[in-house]
Amino acid sequence: MVQYALLVVSAIFVNNVIFSRFLGLCPYFGVSKKIDTALGMGMAVTFLLTLAGSMTYIVQVYILNPLNLAYLQTIAFILVIASLVQLVEIVMKKVAPPLYQALGIFLPLITTNCAILGVSILSIQGKFNFIETAVFSFASALGFGLALIIFAGIREALDTRQVPKIFAGAPISFIIAGILAMAFMGFSGMVK
Amino acid sequence: MNLKENMIRSFFTENPVTGLLLGLCPTLATTTSAENGLGMGLATTFVLIGSNVVISLLRKQIPDRVRIPAFIVIIATFVTIVDMGMQATMYDLHKTLGLFIPLIVVNCIILGRAEAFASKNSIGHSFLDGLFMGLGFTMSLFILGAIREVLGSGQIFGYALIPADWPTILIFVLAPGAFITLGFMMVGMNKISKLLEGGN
Repeated sequence: MVQYALLVVSAIFVNNVIFSRFLGLCPYFGVSKKIDTALGMGMAVTFLLTLAGSMTYIVQVYILNPLNLAYLQTIAFILVIASLVQLVEIVMKKVAPPLYQALGIFLPLITTNCAILGVSILSIQGKFNFIETAVFSFASALGFGLALIIFAGIREALDTRQVPKIFAGAPISFIIAGILAMAFMGFSGMVK
Repeated sequence: MNLKENMIRSFFTENPVTGLLLGLCPTLATTTSAENGLGMGLATTFVLIGSNVVISLLRKQIPDRVRIPAFIVIIATFVTIVDMGMQATMYDLHKTLGLFIPLIVVNCIILGRAEAFASKNSIGHSFLDGLFMGLGFTMSLFILGAIREVLGSGQIFGYALIPADWPTILIFVLAPGAFITLGFMMVGMNKISKLLEGGN
């Protein structure tokens, strides 16, 4: 149990996908203008990353490794992720329309969210077993959601402040993200 | 669209990184030094040119409904070529860039250019578009990497610029420095873009 707890803390705080691994930055800057959308995106990513992490693990261990096709990893993973996103979209539309209403617009964007492919490849490189992969994917996605929501909160507050004109928009967001990353550096060393 | 306008567009006004905010993950993650930034930029440029040419070549054959998966497979093929080629010839750089080589496949610039340009234009134009966009991306990465290397470790391409016992600002080669430097660089690039637009 302790090892899973450590894995979770490490993935959420110490090696946060945004601030320490630099994964998933496009949606991080793209959909962080409002807390509502940030929450939706965070949930969509958490759901899909856990699913995608487990699926790609199965593909790697039971299909690519036995057939000596490890060099097809990139192509295989991106196809698995893209079809998974499509599948989830179709199923969600039929089974849970309210959820689809809330998360629908974020789903297609997730195919090109490098956090999904990145975390999937990291779990393989980290030589995790199946449960560790699922836990690691879930916790990494939570870290992404946490970073996204904190950032959206700051950006909402920023709307009412006077930012120098030339810094308005993207540049000030990057500087804020830098300061947030500094705050998250405080967690480093907590877990190996 | 003439060549000069095209270049100004891909280097400044629509620069993938500072103008369009695409491909941010490799931009921030791999620019701890000028050399790494340059390596990552050139690897991406190669994939961008390759996928642009092939997609333009097949633009009449690929059915519209399945174009996105088809594009992704073509892009992933070139990424695998780069990945294995770099592993064979530039092992150290490949190791430093690590995860971000396979992640070129989800770099939005590449799919963006495939969808917005290569799937509609001739091979020659797609090649040039890939080249310019790739070089615009490389330029941003190189500048960012150079600034961070100079401020963070007092070197450029590994040559020391300041005496070894002078302090350096370590934060610039760490994660927060990447965000902050890019924020300031964006201000500068936007200013240049405005001047260029006004000057034309």
